Amino acid sequence: MTNVVLPPLGENIEKATVSFWFFKAGDKVNEKDDLVEMTTDKATFNIPSPCTGILQEVLMTEGQVAHVGETLGIIEEEPK
Amino acid sequence: MEFKVFDIGLMNYKDALWFQKEVFKAVHLGLEGPSLILCNHNPVITLGRTAKRENILFPELELEKKGIEVYETERGGGVTYHGPGQLIAYPIFNLARLKKDIHWFLRELEHIVIDLLATFGIQAKKNPDLTGVWLEKGKISSIGIAIKHWITFHGLSINLKKDDLDNFQLIRPCGMDIRMTSLESELNKEVDIEEVKKELIVKFKEIFNFTSVRYTDIRR
Repeated sequence: MTNVVLPPLGENIEKATVSFWFFKAGDKVNEKDDLVEMTTDKATFNIPSPCTGILQEVLMTEGQVAHVGETLGIIEEEPK
Repeated sequence: MEFKVFDIGLMNYKDALWFQKEVFKAVHLGLEGPSLILCNHNPVITLGRTAKRENILFPELELEKKGIEVYETERGGGVTYHGPGQLIAYPIFNLARLKKDIHWFLRELEHIVIDLLATFGIQAKKNPDLTGVWLEKGKISSIGIAIKHWITFHGLSINLKKDDLDNFQLIRPCGMDIRMTSLESELNKEVDIEEVKKELIVKFKEIFNFTSVRYTDIRR
């Protein structure tokens, strides 16, 4: 299991809002695919998939506010 | 670090977005360094990710009759208007090579516009709660960006021509009842977009500490 985490986005940025997911739970995702788009201030920021596998669970949905370091979703990694 | 300027002149929003994405790909692949696209658009209303349709105050059919297109885009922010009387700057910069800080980048863009306006004798300021650049009479510059793989796209617009301001009445810019102003309204004289463009390039170079500029004129 690999957690998709909201990375640090800069000094004084503690949180960001989930704009939308490019995939839904159960979908296959490839490493570096655009996975989820976040918004902060007047910027959107795409978080890429950290690995290849199945998007197991979406924990933070559209409109929800996530803090830096918080898990947004979980990917079941494909065995290498 | 050298930075490259692509001057594409007056171009439809859709075509300029395509061009932005081509430059983005080149920057992502490392084929290009920091790149700045300069242009102005034919009349267009764009909706950022937090935009609400209700902030477009006229039916789309009416807008179409006026020759104003409407596009949903991936940039941050609400509804805005772009027209030929603005100068638009799309910086395609890899923040992983500058500073991985979204707010720092937004504040630097504001800083650039404030310094630019100062060269025309205008004192502008930031608003700590509202991204953009503001004067006593209203907002003169709007900012909205998108970031993928820490590479920025979309950017900022600066209102230059007085005549173009009327079209802001078609929308509630950023979902607010705000007044817009332009460089011409402030100076009370005609402004040459080419002159502003030159100064803007200088400000980008200064603020981001680029060592040199390579200017490419690809206007049609």
